[in-house]
Amino acid sequence: MKFWRRGDPFIWLTGGALALCLAMIAGLVGIIVYNGAGVFWPQDLTLLRLKDGPPIMGKLVDRQPIPGAAGRYRVQLKVGNRDAYGQDFRWVDEDAIAERETPAEAVVFERIEWGDMHGFIAALYEEERLLAKGEGGWEALQGVMDQVGELGERIHALERGELGKLNRAIDDLRLQERRLQRKQNDAQLAANEVRRQALWDEHEAVSGRLDELRAQQERWEVEVALAGGETRRVGVAAIVRAYRPNLMGFWAKVQTYLSKGWEFVAGEPRESNTEGGIFPALFGTVMMVMLMSLAAVPFGILAALYLREYARQGFLVRLVRIAVNNLAGVPSIVFGMFGLGFFVYGIGGSIDQLFYADALPTPTYGTGGILWASLTLALLTVPVVIVATEESLAAVPREMREGALALGATKFQMIWSVVLPSALPGILTGVILATARGAGEVAPLMITGVVKLAPDLPLDAFAPFFHLERKFMHLGFHIYDVGFQSPNVEAARPMVYTTALMLLTIVLLLNLTAIVVRNKLRKKYAAAAF
Amino acid sequence: MSQPLASDHANPIVEVKNLNMFYGETQALHDIDLSIPAREVTAFIGPSGCGKSTLLRCFNRLNDLIESAHIEGEVRVSGRDIYAPDCDVIDLRRRVGMVFQKSNPFPKSIYENVAYGLRIAGENRRRVLDEAVEKSLKAAALWDEVKDRLKNNALSLSGGQQQRLCIARTLAVEPEVVLMDEPCSALDPIATARVEETITELKSDYTIIVVTHNLQQAARISTYTAFYYLGSLIEFNQTEDMFTNPRSKQTEDYVTGRFG
Repeated sequence: MKFWRRGDPFIWLTGGALALCLAMIAGLVGIIVYNGAGVFWPQDLTLLRLKDGPPIMGKLVDRQPIPGAAGRYRVQLKVGNRDAYGQDFRWVDEDAIAERETPAEAVVFERIEWGDMHGFIAALYEEERLLAKGEGGWEALQGVMDQVGELGERIHALERGELGKLNRAIDDLRLQERRLQRKQNDAQLAANEVRRQALWDEHEAVSGRLDELRAQQERWEVEVALAGGETRRVGVAAIVRAYRPNLMGFWAKVQTYLSKGWEFVAGEPRESNTEGGIFPALFGTVMMVMLMSLAAVPFGILAALYLREYARQGFLVRLVRIAVNNLAGVPSIVFGMFGLGFFVYGIGGSIDQLFYADALPTPTYGTGGILWASLTLALLTVPVVIVATEESLAAVPREMREGALALGATKFQMIWSVVLPSALPGILTGVILATARGAGEVAPLMITGVVKLAPDLPLDAFAPFFHLERKFMHLGFHIYDVGFQSPNVEAARPMVYTTALMLLTIVLLLNLTAIVVRNKLRKKYAAAAF
Repeated sequence: MSQPLASDHANPIVEVKNLNMFYGETQALHDIDLSIPAREVTAFIGPSGCGKSTLLRCFNRLNDLIESAHIEGEVRVSGRDIYAPDCDVIDLRRRVGMVFQKSNPFPKSIYENVAYGLRIAGENRRRVLDEAVEKSLKAAALWDEVKDRLKNNALSLSGGQQQRLCIARTLAVEPEVVLMDEPCSALDPIATARVEETITELKSDYTIIVVTHNLQQAARISTYTAFYYLGSLIEFNQTEDMFTNPRSKQTEDYVTGRFG
């Protein structure tokens, strides 16, 4: 009896609940970190000589007991060479393995297409002329890859710079023409025709230069001998990175790990997003969260201020408050539908009619874009901001308000100089919660502007710099796309974990920033204590 | 009962005539008639819930914040009817300052707390503010303790210091009347003594009305005392007379500790 009265079970219950929560969170983060952090580590290549059939080579990924056969195990090998074998992975019964080796000369080629290739360098050719053979091939390849990389940079600069500029000019001209056609301004049209011809000529010239550079790039080919003995030719231009993991020391591996990690963070995606980087998604996520906060936070705080400080507290205000609270619980996809109907088709469509009529029927704002996605999410998060702001406004002691009023402050002066600063830490807590919720939301974005692959970032060096009508990429959607929509799910799985890790990191970073700011403010405006 | 007026005093600054005050249907104050002399300390005493704080808050119209509150009768400060429709409440509150039961410094620096009243009135000249802050803090006997840390957060002060800061903050706008609503009830005896000292020193320049539950305190610091009971003013007299020779039986019972 005394045991119950003292409340020991309650302590155990509450403590247990907390421990369970922590364990689940730690488990989630642990699994993601465990699976995601090791993806870029250059694993050794293992060559398996089989009792029957040709040898195979790849990275060991898994080892399992064979179902229904006690005591026997099988190993999973990532063999790569998707173009040669048609699959990335192979299960091998351990009993069938005659010998395991880690051949020093084995090379991993990361390619633009078809995933990794595992093999040995047989020969290196420049326009069918043999440059090096066997052992010497590696050294020669390094030099060739440097040259190809340089060419690649020039191609990239040309595409992004001159060609992009020309494309935009041609596009502008086309829109202008349509306007002129409507006005039937023939003289101007003829002048435009001349200008267009000039632009096209220039375009042709740049394209020619590009083709030339590409042809130069494609002069070199490397012949790779696969584990089974067959050979394949790969253009050096198609190789992103080549390394020999079995010869690498720890620090060399760390270097490769960091370089691959950096490519992941800062690079563009390849192979329908399953390889390469996630920079556009990263950028899109951060920019969207910022735009969303920019819209939701001031709006929410102002609304809460009116609701708490100015509105006459009565039935109507209670009703509004209940509605706001319920709004916070509406499924996010419903907000997505609303965003599509109201922002995209409604407002976006009207903007197109008014300002971008020349481009119709191609929509400018009348289709999903980062602005509409951010506003939709802002709508989703604004109730959280309102509720939190209201709570913290209500928590400002009455004496403090009266103190300000008794000194002759107007209500506005009281709110601005006394109430808001005191409520700020609490308001920021709400903002943190709202931002975190918005950053992790995917469903409404899928119908308001997120795409699998966006050609351009919504922020670039060309006026007006912010292209809010553009579609964008988002980490959450990226996870869904890579994990469940890619043609090669098994090979894409590590990418899902790393991307999830990235998303977690971003949310964590955003929250940490806000928490640091809040704690600074809290110290400044610490509540009085006797 | 005789008219409880200190009518012998020639110079009333706050005059209350037939004041009735209601919270919704409940009447909180009944027919209050009172004239409070200028540049003296007047104490309001009485048992809890007798309406002394409510009356105090009528003098700077702080009861306006309570929606259900309404008032009948007349209150004049320096001759002006403060409940007249053309009365500027903001201006009134500058002329009638208030110190609260619980010290309520703003979450700002000590300096900004004292300068607050002037700043919201539009005073931003550094020199004027500096002077006012120093003068007010000296008047509230806090200057020596805080002069080296004016930029510190006011909330870092002790309870007694915070209360004296609130007094300084009130004095900075140079009000005609200072209302004090149980200014020492949350303080320890030493801090209380400091605040009482401050009040006594301020007497020569300000009219001070102080609500207190502490009869000894009323006796120590006030020249006049008003005793309230159940929303009515029972007796108003010189403090000495009130404690030694009360006119009414209820007053006598209260000051001798037989009830309350």
